[in-house]
Amino acid sequence: MTGGHVGRRLAKDTLFKGAVCLLAFLSLLPLFLILYYITMKGISVINWDFLFSLPRPIGESGGGVANAVVGTLMLIALSSVISVPCGIAAGIYLSENKTGKLSNTIRLSVIVLQGTPSIVIGIIAYLWVVAPLKTFSALSGGVALSIMMLPVIIKTTEETLKLIPYHLKEASLALGVPYYRTILKVVLPSGISGILTGILLSVARITGETAPLLFTAFGNQFMNVNIFKPIDSLPYRIFYYAMSPYPEWHSFAWGASFILVVLTLALNLIARGISAKWKIQF
Amino acid sequence: MDTGKQRAPSGTDRSEKRFSVCLAGSGLIIVLLLLAIFATLLVTALPAIKEFGIFFFIGRVWDATTETFGALPFLVGTLLTSFLALVISIPFSIAISIFLGEYFKTGAISTFLRSAVEVLAGIPSVIYGLWGLFFLMPAVRFIEMKLGVAPHGVGILTSSLILAIMIIPFSASIGREVITLVPGDLKEAAYSLGATRFEVIRNIVIPYARSGIIAGILLALGRAIGETMAVTMLIGNSNFLPTSIFSPANTMASVIANEFAEATGVTAASLIYVALVLFLVTMVVNIIGTYVIQRISIEASREVS
Repeated sequence: MTGGHVGRRLAKDTLFKGAVCLLAFLSLLPLFLILYYITMKGISVINWDFLFSLPRPIGESGGGVANAVVGTLMLIALSSVISVPCGIAAGIYLSENKTGKLSNTIRLSVIVLQGTPSIVIGIIAYLWVVAPLKTFSALSGGVALSIMMLPVIIKTTEETLKLIPYHLKEASLALGVPYYRTILKVVLPSGISGILTGILLSVARITGETAPLLFTAFGNQFMNVNIFKPIDSLPYRIFYYAMSPYPEWHSFAWGASFILVVLTLALNLIARGISAKWKIQF
Repeated sequence: MDTGKQRAPSGTDRSEKRFSVCLAGSGLIIVLLLLAIFATLLVTALPAIKEFGIFFFIGRVWDATTETFGALPFLVGTLLTSFLALVISIPFSIAISIFLGEYFKTGAISTFLRSAVEVLAGIPSVIYGLWGLFFLMPAVRFIEMKLGVAPHGVGILTSSLILAIMIIPFSASIGREVITLVPGDLKEAAYSLGATRFEVIRNIVIPYARSGIIAGILLALGRAIGETMAVTMLIGNSNFLPTSIFSPANTMASVIANEFAEATGVTAASLIYVALVLFLVTMVVNIIGTYVIQRISIEASREVS
């Protein structure tokens, strides 16, 4: 009797473990299917022409995504310029003031900002930048994306600087170095790898964002480097091509997806490499 | 000489002050940014709020030509897609959490699964949409033909499936974290009484980590509600109240993505009203989820010390 009871319990145990393993690996199936589709359908499209020429109008075959690549890089640069200084400064403030009314309010705001849907941020950038200037522009796209970058940068900066031991700061202060120079010359350089990782992760997050660009950067068939004019971007181009009825454009969408995925994965890998190589050790 | 000596500390003081003002100012900017977002949405949505008020949420008709706007179809669309996505994703995300947090905490297989899940989280939304269009849509259309319903291919079910795939990494990574926080002595006590691993997981680990797992699911829900691009591409853009899980619909996020670019006047104000609701709902969901997780990690750190 007892043996059968224990046997049943053990069987249940094995069954459960099997189910967990099965479900865990089953959820990776979509990932491999997506990567398979992107590689199979994407690589065949990519050649010099695709990388270095502009999109052609309907009816003409060929064309590429050069303007979208340039646009994406410009948007990344614009949004980084806006968000990185402010984000790092706010992160330093939070790590230096662990408690307090302002710190808690900032932390709450960061949580809310991180959870805000990207489409809402797109509307905000439209209302703040596009409506007053009366034109879609790269600048408005940069503003939208920088709002999305801020919470990630602030969080990682705060968490990195928290790990820096207090005696390092004390040593610097004991030598008579003013507080602000201690932060800038001792604390910040010790945490630079973590902060850099955070910046790269936030860039990886915004590189693929489409929703905030729908009513801001808008998309542009031509090459444009003027930040007050509409600009193309890879995710927007993918969306535009995917929703079109033309099979050739669909394959262009896969090609652009391949570039975008390689770009975001590379950013993630570099970020992880940096944090592994320059790990904060004390 | 004497004046120089006095100037040096005062110069440092000034830099000191400027520095701290700079830091606090940047922090303040974040708070003001959030308040400004809320205020902007509220003010620009005011024409629609005045005109439709609370009836906005029970109105079934969304028609720009007659300027009648009711958001019920989008509320229903959002709720249906997000909850369906949650239901589909929960077994998978809990399996991954248990796999990584209990069965395989370290080792090559755990590293592999964890990095794969991270890659899944890093794939841009628009690419999920693209893949959904060329893989999920034909699959769902095939099922619909077998079942004998109108074979749209796009609709609530297709969107829920893509959403489920997209939110698995979020609830799974939070679930893994809270499961690893379960104190070892509790589990060892159960093992010493002769419990099997399954019994330990069911009676010790899951009850202990329950609130954290639920918080992770809540945060995933917040993401599903706000997710825009993949859903916009797969939901079929229909402004009518959905009749079944196969019918095309619109969510709050997708209707904004589809219509805001051409909207003016009351139409734009109504769409911003939708955005305001979306903003508030995700805010509440995120604050609750984060609060629960913070409380758990504080409790866990207290128990260790």
